[in-house]
Amino acid sequence: MSEVIEHYVSEHASLKDVLPGNDLSWLNESRDAALQQLSTQGFPTLRAEDWKYTSIRPIEKRQFKLAQEVGHSVDATSINGYLYKDLDCHLMVFVDGRFSAPLSNLGDLARGITIKDLSTALREDSDVLKTHLCSAADMTRNGFAAMNAAFMSDGAFIELDKNCVVDLPIHLMFLSTGQHEELTSQSRILILAGDNSQAKIIESYHAQQDSVYFNNITTEVKLGRNANLEHYKVQEESKKAFHVATLQVDQQRDSTFTSHSVSLGAQLARNDINSWMGDEGATCNLYGLYVADGRQHTDFHTRIDHAKPHCSSNEYYKGILDGHSRAVFNGQVHVHPDAQKSDAQQANNNLLLSKDAEIDTKPQLEIYADDVTAAHGATVGQLDENMMFYLRSRGIDYNSAHALLVYGFAHSVIEKMSLAPLRKHLESALVSRIPNAGQFSDMVED
Amino acid sequence: MLEIKDLHVSVDGNEILKGINLSVGTGEVHAIMGPNGSGKSTLSYILSGKDGYDVTAGSVTYEGKDLLEMETDERACEGIFLAFQYPVEIPGVNNTYFLKAAVNAKRKYQGLEELDAMGFMKLMKEKMPIVEMKQDLLTRSVNVGFSGGEKKRNEIFQMAVLEPKLALLDETDSGLDIDALRIVANGVNSLRNEERSMVVVTHYQRLLDYIEPDFVHVLSDGKIIKSGDKSLALELEDKGYSWLDKSA
Ligand SMILES: Nc1ncnc2c1ncn2[C@@H]1O[C@H](COP(=O)(O)OP(=O)(O)OP(=O)(O)O)[C@@H](O)[C@H]1O
Ligand SMILES: [Mg+2]
Repeated sequence: MSEVIEHYVSEHASLKDVLPGNDLSWLNESRDAALQQLSTQGFPTLRAEDWKYTSIRPIEKRQFKLAQEVGHSVDATSINGYLYKDLDCHLMVFVDGRFSAPLSNLGDLARGITIKDLSTALREDSDVLKTHLCSAADMTRNGFAAMNAAFMSDGAFIELDKNCVVDLPIHLMFLSTGQHEELTSQSRILILAGDNSQAKIIESYHAQQDSVYFNNITTEVKLGRNANLEHYKVQEESKKAFHVATLQVDQQRDSTFTSHSVSLGAQLARNDINSWMGDEGATCNLYGLYVADGRQHTDFHTRIDHAKPHCSSNEYYKGILDGHSRAVFNGQVHVHPDAQKSDAQQANNNLLLSKDAEIDTKPQLEIYADDVTAAHGATVGQLDENMMFYLRSRGIDYNSAHALLVYGFAHSVIEKMSLAPLRKHLESALVSRIPNAGQFSDMVED
Repeated sequence: MLEIKDLHVSVDGNEILKGINLSVGTGEVHAIMGPNGSGKSTLSYILSGKDGYDVTAGSVTYEGKDLLEMETDERACEGIFLAFQYPVEIPGVNNTYFLKAAVNAKRKYQGLEELDAMGFMKLMKEKMPIVEMKQDLLTRSVNVGFSGGEKKRNEIFQMAVLEPKLALLDETDSGLDIDALRIVANGVNSLRNEERSMVVVTHYQRLLDYIEPDFVHVLSDGKIIKSGDKSLALELEDKGYSWLDKSA
């Protein structure tokens, strides 16, 4: 066992009595098994196929600690800056990974919807959680998944009854304060969407300071028949942070899952998004945008399984890389032997703004059925010369034309979002992030 | 206004323009006709400053200045406008915003105050009727998903908003149905005045029925092989280009 794993094993031992649900034997067993898994497996190395372009050495070099006390150190006004303007929502706030009831504002919940923090849910709904927690996100997959399953220090439980349509989005805000050195949070989010239910759920990640911390998150989603879920993730961690996350989705017949994942922050961000379409007529849309500069490293690994006929998947990812940044995109689509009439579309387009930026992109279509419509493509390049010429022929100077085109490149992902306040926030974020785009701040939609 | 002298242009070592001479005076409208591949678009690209062409000989003077020394955007700010034969689609960039950026770039260049949202909307409202521009085309990404006719209309709308001194219209009439042609051609006509010069590239007399040119030139294999007045266009319509090749 490496020194860092020993650290986490002893951390686990010292926290055992305070972790949520510590009176539940099934959970303790599961935690112990996961810890055992972590001890034997360790963190992934470059030798693992899925990790060969992403070195997690910087995470391994540090011994992160779990936040002990609930973060009351943040007052209500200081979270205002992280709320999306004009977005009415059910709000849950987590400070350094711990749920903060005073900062949260669930508002009026319609019948048929449950939103709880993990501790409360483990107290009140332990039977449901016993069935669903730890089932989809395979803890044996890698050390991070095992680590999350072992600690599961806090998180959210969202359940929608059959036919329940939630009008307001549910916003899970994760704020890192940087008040303590090198904290880690091991959050777990469980979303159970009953048959015909509908909801929009946002996970957002923010930092108050430019500090070093490590967020390791697992989100599990189960969609019943004909359920429709839009999942938004906006990752704006500090540029020194580490962010590792898995989104694991299980889809029943005729369900629709749409993921929008935007990765802007962190020095190292790794997202795994996996959807299993286990019955006919399901649709899975994965949209994503990553923007990196400096020495940022961002990695998306996605896998979509078409297990049954008549399912469709749509994947559309874009990346903008500047400075010495590096990105990895690996999009696996697996069409199983009896999944006839599958439709699988995938595209990954990357803009390299500097000669030192780097991308490893690998679309991976594996098709074992014969009656399938599938297309995939990956591009890596600079801005289109004809577009540059068109803009400049209207009087727009080189730098401004460049900025507009980079913005437009990113915007074509953002515009797929149905939540206008989120689009607007991201437009502003892009305008301040893209070189020379500041002059276009009035471009953000009103 | 524009003086092109013995202009030779090559792409990757292939000579495309082989000694063009053309003089366009203020307020004049020149039509350029000629077979496919003769170099008409190349000429308009060279005038608006597109990269990738080598000028191997000759000169272009615009308002007394060496045009070939100027950047693309500088030329636009100095009053040159190209209506593209194939307008470029720009995903993610809103058409209205793009125009606003263009208008303000030009105003800034001219030392004028930039237009705010209100002022710009006013300008748009004023210009939209010229080509019967539809509101929804303005809210979409530049040319993305526009029909061929809508793209051409958008070009002339931009011209109306940017008020160039020298407009180069490259096959603005191609691919338009009769109604769209009428709208676009009337739009161009209403933008015609004593200060504004136009170079109109077309294959069809029907455009010139609307926009009566002062001069008509025939470009063939990189050279102007014949020039005349508007009756030349009628003659070409009748006899085709081969008649010229023989007589040349
Ligand atoms: N970038 C380029 N690379 C190679 N050849 C080129 C390039 N641009 C133009 N050409 C060639 O130069 C010639 C003239 O092209 P141009 O587009 O100017 O013709 P045109 O007169 O506008 O034709 P059309 O009536 O079809 O629009 C053609 O043979 C074309 O293939
Ligand atoms: Mg042409």
